[in-house]
Amino acid sequence: MRTAIGTALVVLLLLLAGCSPGGRTDGGPVTLRFQSLAWQQESVAANKELVREWNATHSDVKVEYVQGSWDSVHDQLLTSFEGGEAPDVIHDASDDLADFAYGGHLADLTGLLPARLRSGIPRAGWATTTFGHGVYGVPFLQEPRVLIADADRLRAAKVRIPTPGHPWSWAEFRQVAKRLSGPGRYGVAWPLKEPVSATLNLSLSAGGRLFHRNADGRVTVRFTPGDEVVPRTIRDQVTRDHSAPASTLGSGGSDTLPGFFSGRYAMVPLGFSYRQQIVQQAPKDFHWTVLPAPAGADGLTQGVSPQTLSVSADCPHKKEAVAFIDFLLRPRNTVRLALGDWMLPTGTQALKDPALHTAEYGWATGTALAARLRPAPAQSVRGYPEWKDKVATPAYQEYYSGAIGLAELRHRLERDGNLVLARYQR
Amino acid sequence: MRTRQTSRTPPTSRTRRAARAGQYTALLGYLLLLAFPLLWLLSTALKSPRELAALHPAWIPRDPTLANVRQAFAEQPLAHAALNSLLVAFCTAAVAVLIATPMAYVMARHRTRTARAATGWVVVSQAFPFVLVIIPLFLVLKKLRLIDSLTGLVLVYVVWALPFALWMLVGHVRAVPVELEEAASVDGAGRLRTLVSVTAPLLGPGIAATALFAFVTAWNEFFFALVLLKSPGKQTLPVVLTHFIGAEGVADLGPLAAAAFLATLPSVAVFALLQRRITGGLLAGAVKS
Repeated sequence: MRTAIGTALVVLLLLLAGCSPGGRTDGGPVTLRFQSLAWQQESVAANKELVREWNATHSDVKVEYVQGSWDSVHDQLLTSFEGGEAPDVIHDASDDLADFAYGGHLADLTGLLPARLRSGIPRAGWATTTFGHGVYGVPFLQEPRVLIADADRLRAAKVRIPTPGHPWSWAEFRQVAKRLSGPGRYGVAWPLKEPVSATLNLSLSAGGRLFHRNADGRVTVRFTPGDEVVPRTIRDQVTRDHSAPASTLGSGGSDTLPGFFSGRYAMVPLGFSYRQQIVQQAPKDFHWTVLPAPAGADGLTQGVSPQTLSVSADCPHKKEAVAFIDFLLRPRNTVRLALGDWMLPTGTQALKDPALHTAEYGWATGTALAARLRPAPAQSVRGYPEWKDKVATPAYQEYYSGAIGLAELRHRLERDGNLVLARYQR
Repeated sequence: MRTRQTSRTPPTSRTRRAARAGQYTALLGYLLLLAFPLLWLLSTALKSPRELAALHPAWIPRDPTLANVRQAFAEQPLAHAALNSLLVAFCTAAVAVLIATPMAYVMARHRTRTARAATGWVVVSQAFPFVLVIIPLFLVLKKLRLIDSLTGLVLVYVVWALPFALWMLVGHVRAVPVELEEAASVDGAGRLRTLVSVTAPLLGPGIAATALFAFVTAWNEFFFALVLLKSPGKQTLPVVLTHFIGAEGVADLGPLAAAAFLATLPSVAVFALLQRRITGGLLAGAVKS
């Protein structure tokens, strides 16, 4: 017995020794840790390849690729920041940056960004990563919401096919959806698992802003006629026209694809990058097309939260980290990343690349929308996450399902919403 | 007499057979219900992307393919991550059992006020959510230079598994008759000798069940591993599995299902190995002798 316990202890100690971290080499080249959230096969490959290229040409600054995960990225980064162990170069989405920027966890890149990078991205792009007077990230990929449509159904219904130059109005879209509907078939399926960001971003097209900044810098919620257009259209499609099923209101985008492929829905409003899934999953004889989202008083304008690259405030080699970001976002490299993620680059030079203007898979339609993309309305509003979770999400969900009316929706968004925001602006 | 007996026997036998058939059917249904998630995962893992997107999914893949498995292994270092997970889970189970066994013995045999308070604390400590402790824990591990180390992760898992392990083992120790230990004492055995030679062998099933609990806890854990491990080469299987999930919950379903199915196999294997001991172990503390 004693021998057995002794042996077990020795084995355990050996195993634990095997678990110990490897030694760190002191001196030598600077090592930067780059945490990427790329997840699609082509995108991961493009990122790793670019890191290899950098390492091959920069003997003094080595970059270590770390695979991050969109799932729980906020909690993971928060813990790493608090513990002083954050990655040096951080991939995230712009709507996740506000708390980290205000919390002093991200480096202000204002004086560090090279002129080429600064001038290569339009002002609207920089607005998504500017908090207060600082710039806390480089926006590099973005995706508009588009309508993915069953081309054969559209042709058979003889509806006008919208283009970025001549899009559908919201009213016309409602009429088309009605025309495409029939017994057991719907003109459109709205996957509104995240109803707030989808509604707010699309509402920009109709002049909706919802968040209004006063002269003293304080933000208040005001639900104006421009904010009504998109929610009213969706609700009417579900409850009055029956051109959209109620069953998809709680679904994610991927959940609607089987119904789309089987002819149950003729159109699905989805993020531009969903095309990758559609290419992979659509039956071979299924013909689909990419259409611009409907336009309102402000045309095709819509809100986006681009993917960003930031530098940790604790990073001791900020200049080197920005140099790596600059390398990663050279136009040719940005195009590789955009193609890998099936998204649009924010950089104007990269956007001109012929590979992003082909008719195949709707690339040209998406690229034509790039100039109309604006920061998501709630981007820099402190308290937005709480407002979204506690007030707006249930209110929109109840409105879309027909449980409450427009007056109650307005009342809750404004009254309850302003109470929440006020706590963050004392 | 014999004739009468035979005339009564068939209905009884038929009833018994029918009852037994009913029992087996119910058992089979129950087993299928339990196995359903695993079978569905396997079915999903073997489907092509187009079949996965069918409106009415088939139970059995029409054209089974291993492409998802190949893709999963090509895209992510699954084998390496599985090794890390195995190492961490095994070490957690071993250390948790080594610490919990003597502690449980003391708590079960010495029913003092302190022991009762300790048991209460054990129960309360199970209520702390991960997010509440992660930042202080992170700072402590940083001081100990155990961030980004599997040793650090094992330490966290042991601390996390210990209260429940302890709670489980206390019940098992109480089920061992104290008279056996008194007899050993009369025969001249000291406390340590009694514990090692008399009590520990009787605790075998309980220890096996506790080890399995600690193993499965560590094998499945995601959040601590996500936060504490930085280097790609040290990431555990649950963390690597999330690499198949993109923004807004979009997932590469086929490879994810294939990888997830493979990730369940070690737990199933350990269960199969320890099954007999566990059954005894789970029941051992259930009733007072």
